[in-house]
Amino acid sequence: MRFAFEPECADHRSEGFIEASSPCGRSGRPPPTFRELKGWTLRRAERREAMLTDAELKGFTGADIPPEDVYNRCVRCGLCLPTCPTYLETLVETSSPRGRIALIKAVGEGRLAANSPGFVHQMHECLDCRACEAVCPSGVMYGQILEPARTQIERTAGSRRPLGQQAIRAFALDVLFGDFTALRFAATLLRFYQRSGLQRLVRASGLLRLIDLHRLEAQAPPISSRFFIPHNQRRRAAAPQPKATAFVHAGCVMHVAFADVDEATVRVLNRAGCDVVVPEGQGCCGAISIHAGDLDRGRALAKANIRAFERSDADVYIINAAGCGSTLKEYGHIFAGDSDWAQRAADFSSKVRDLTEFLDTIGIPLNLARLDAVVVYQDPCHLVNAQRIAAAPRRLLAKIPGLTLREIEEATICCGSAGIYNLTMPEMADRLKRRKIENVLAANPDVIATANPGCALQLAAGLRDAGRNVPVKHVVELLDDAYSAAG
Amino acid sequence: MHNTRLVEELKEIAGAANVLTADEDLLAYGFDGTWYESKPLAVVLPLTTAEVSALHKLATRERMAITPRAMGSGLSGGAVPLEGSLVLGVMRMNRILEISEADGVAVVQPGVVNADLQRAVEARGLFYPPDPASLKQSAIGGNVAENAGGARCLKYGVTGDYVMALEVVLPNGDVLRTGGRTLKNVTGYNLRALFTGSEGTLGTITEITLRLLPKPKFVRTATAAFDSIERAAQTVSAVMASGLLPTSIELLDRITMRCVEDNIAAGLPVDADALLLFAVDGNQEAIVAGELEAIASLAREHGATSTCVAASEAESEALWSARRAISPSLARVRPHKLGEDVAVPRSQIVAMIRAVREIAARYGLTMPIFGHAGDGNLHPNILCDRRDPEEMARVKLAAREIFEAAIALGGTLSGEHGIGLLKKQFLELDLGPEAIAIMHKLKDAIDPLGIMNPGKIFPNPGGPDAFRL
Repeated sequence: MRFAFEPECADHRSEGFIEASSPCGRSGRPPPTFRELKGWTLRRAERREAMLTDAELKGFTGADIPPEDVYNRCVRCGLCLPTCPTYLETLVETSSPRGRIALIKAVGEGRLAANSPGFVHQMHECLDCRACEAVCPSGVMYGQILEPARTQIERTAGSRRPLGQQAIRAFALDVLFGDFTALRFAATLLRFYQRSGLQRLVRASGLLRLIDLHRLEAQAPPISSRFFIPHNQRRRAAAPQPKATAFVHAGCVMHVAFADVDEATVRVLNRAGCDVVVPEGQGCCGAISIHAGDLDRGRALAKANIRAFERSDADVYIINAAGCGSTLKEYGHIFAGDSDWAQRAADFSSKVRDLTEFLDTIGIPLNLARLDAVVVYQDPCHLVNAQRIAAAPRRLLAKIPGLTLREIEEATICCGSAGIYNLTMPEMADRLKRRKIENVLAANPDVIATANPGCALQLAAGLRDAGRNVPVKHVVELLDDAYSAAG
Repeated sequence: MHNTRLVEELKEIAGAANVLTADEDLLAYGFDGTWYESKPLAVVLPLTTAEVSALHKLATRERMAITPRAMGSGLSGGAVPLEGSLVLGVMRMNRILEISEADGVAVVQPGVVNADLQRAVEARGLFYPPDPASLKQSAIGGNVAENAGGARCLKYGVTGDYVMALEVVLPNGDVLRTGGRTLKNVTGYNLRALFTGSEGTLGTITEITLRLLPKPKFVRTATAAFDSIERAAQTVSAVMASGLLPTSIELLDRITMRCVEDNIAAGLPVDADALLLFAVDGNQEAIVAGELEAIASLAREHGATSTCVAASEAESEALWSARRAISPSLARVRPHKLGEDVAVPRSQIVAMIRAVREIAARYGLTMPIFGHAGDGNLHPNILCDRRDPEEMARVKLAAREIFEAAIALGGTLSGEHGIGLLKKQFLELDLGPEAIAIMHKLKDAIDPLGIMNPGKIFPNPGGPDAFRL
């Protein structure tokens, strides 16, 4: 940085600025401002010019530019600061929503380069948890500027990543989440690794630390015994007159690592009086690509889901993962500029319901067995902030007799999972994980309930670190258990 | 290299992790809750009074300007680092050092967030009354520096009424401790009152001892809707003349209600012309309820079209959340807003509202009015588009007329936001030359080099116009 301000008292006095509150004067004249000091104006002008030249080369370009009417709505009141996990951890304004909006605006206005290191860092340090959006009185739709900003960075900076990182990224986004055959194959290998005793052997050997894969390995979810693969299943409602036909989105991580939750989803929907279909052709919701700044891939994945839903006879598109639900509900927005798809996407999004939201609306039967337990419900950011759903899962849980719901401190502060954030920003993710676990354990729960796979994995990992054995369940699993136990 | 050496010195004092010099950081610390923007030299986030003192000594040696900053939500530009100041951010000095039930005081560092302090003391049955609408996004250091007010000031007074002692790092690095833990203290000049509201121009506040009260056991909220804002204002006068002292009486006009309701569905009567929001507190439920009912019936006598008592804590909190969201939500109507905080004697509330509406009509501007009607502290906001020079010329004239009207009614420029940059050109309207001269002398005595938060409070005729709309 350059220090543009180096006042010198002698010069200052000689210019006749002598005043009571002046830097070196006594009294009589109006106080000078530091801007008037010799040399200051000139140096500032030089600096501004230098910045402009830089930015003209590297501002936002092409498609997917963060819309100025969104970031210009920010009045900088600061109400978002105490809701932002990274601000609370760092207490640095740059790491706050208000700071990040100012940076996006500065790039948009050509005052800052889109590939400047601090900008790139901030766009990735943000969890995209949208807690700021939920409290913003001016209505700044933060996600709508963050995601294109990341896309812009990817387009300019993506090719400059180290080759190894590029390869891992391409493998994850193109292969694993692009085509589930590969994901299932990888999951099958992982399951073998986890269950054959190989995992214990490898962990004990320290081999992973040697090749720097221990973090990735530790984050890998335990794989389900049986995958929940969509092949046009149709399961009939318990009631003769079904209330609706529900399309169940099997998910990516969900269908290989939380297949039990998908199964429970189908059973509970049936009990609640819905026919359930699980059509082929559906795939990843696109959230992982979109959050990583690959909007084009996200749109391709979205089209597959829209087509699968249009081909089905379902009335409603049910999703049991909050992160995916938030993206599915925003398809209308990500296709906004596309005349062929905008309407189809908006129609699709209008039919998407989070599982808890839907069950709460249609009502569930009350033949639930008793569960004498203290339950902490952990709000997934993409449910409470992005979809503004907080009461529905709590109301469902409260229907289980004997269950005591206990609220925690900082309920809406992200646990640090945030998609693949715990891989890309491990240090901050760990800090937030510890923070969340402290708050959760302070409530002394018997069971932790949540509604998103990422949160479930992060909480389980945090509890493991803390040496505590508290089960983490999806809300629908607790309901399903209570129905099964009641017979 | 001179500059590199300075940055190294900053890092030696505060630690490398607490010194920010990247362009992105300087951008993010260049503004506060107003529309002013500047760019600091560097940002330092000290952790101790000793570090603050060392930073001041360095600044003195280098003739470097310092702008102290807490959470940066001020509405007068006080934390905007004009002229390339060094931003001295106190948010990492955020510990509550002591809460004493015995003495009824809290000792805090300046980076403690107002709402966090309130929660901490209330958990012990104590009460810290000052509640600026920004209570969740403003810290005690900033509250003291701006002498912040809030809705409860009607009954309980402003931040300064609760400041019992201060530790202030003077511009030259000396550490001043003034005041104490006694309720009564008239030994010598009241220096804590001088530093309270000094907007960072006299030193950096590093520790604050605050007076606490017992927490009232019951707080109840009620609303009254009116089809004319004047009737609402008359009701305020009637309530204040009736011998009751509510905790708060807040006023929201029609535009204000619409903006807020857009954002938080609090169930405000958006078709009414004005709404009064009342709070009453006390230790006996029946008395609190009775007083609230007395207020409601006074409102009906003065033409309220409906009155409503909040049935639950949640309903009441929804109303107060809506109230606190007003200021930022006004940006939904026009791109920008110029928020004012004039205060008038309570007998002049009707006249002030009338004056604002007349000025708005004459200049063809949209001006929602809300604020602390009970204590006469109103927030007429001029909604505008800064990119339209013709409109901004009208805004500037209208703003001056609002200030003139407030002063003609026996009021003042600022009830709780401070002067900062936004109102400094109007200081002379309010203060006579004698007062300004004494303030200059005080400033000169404490900060002879003028390094503390330059460009704030005092107008500089002949210099560049800092009131850049």
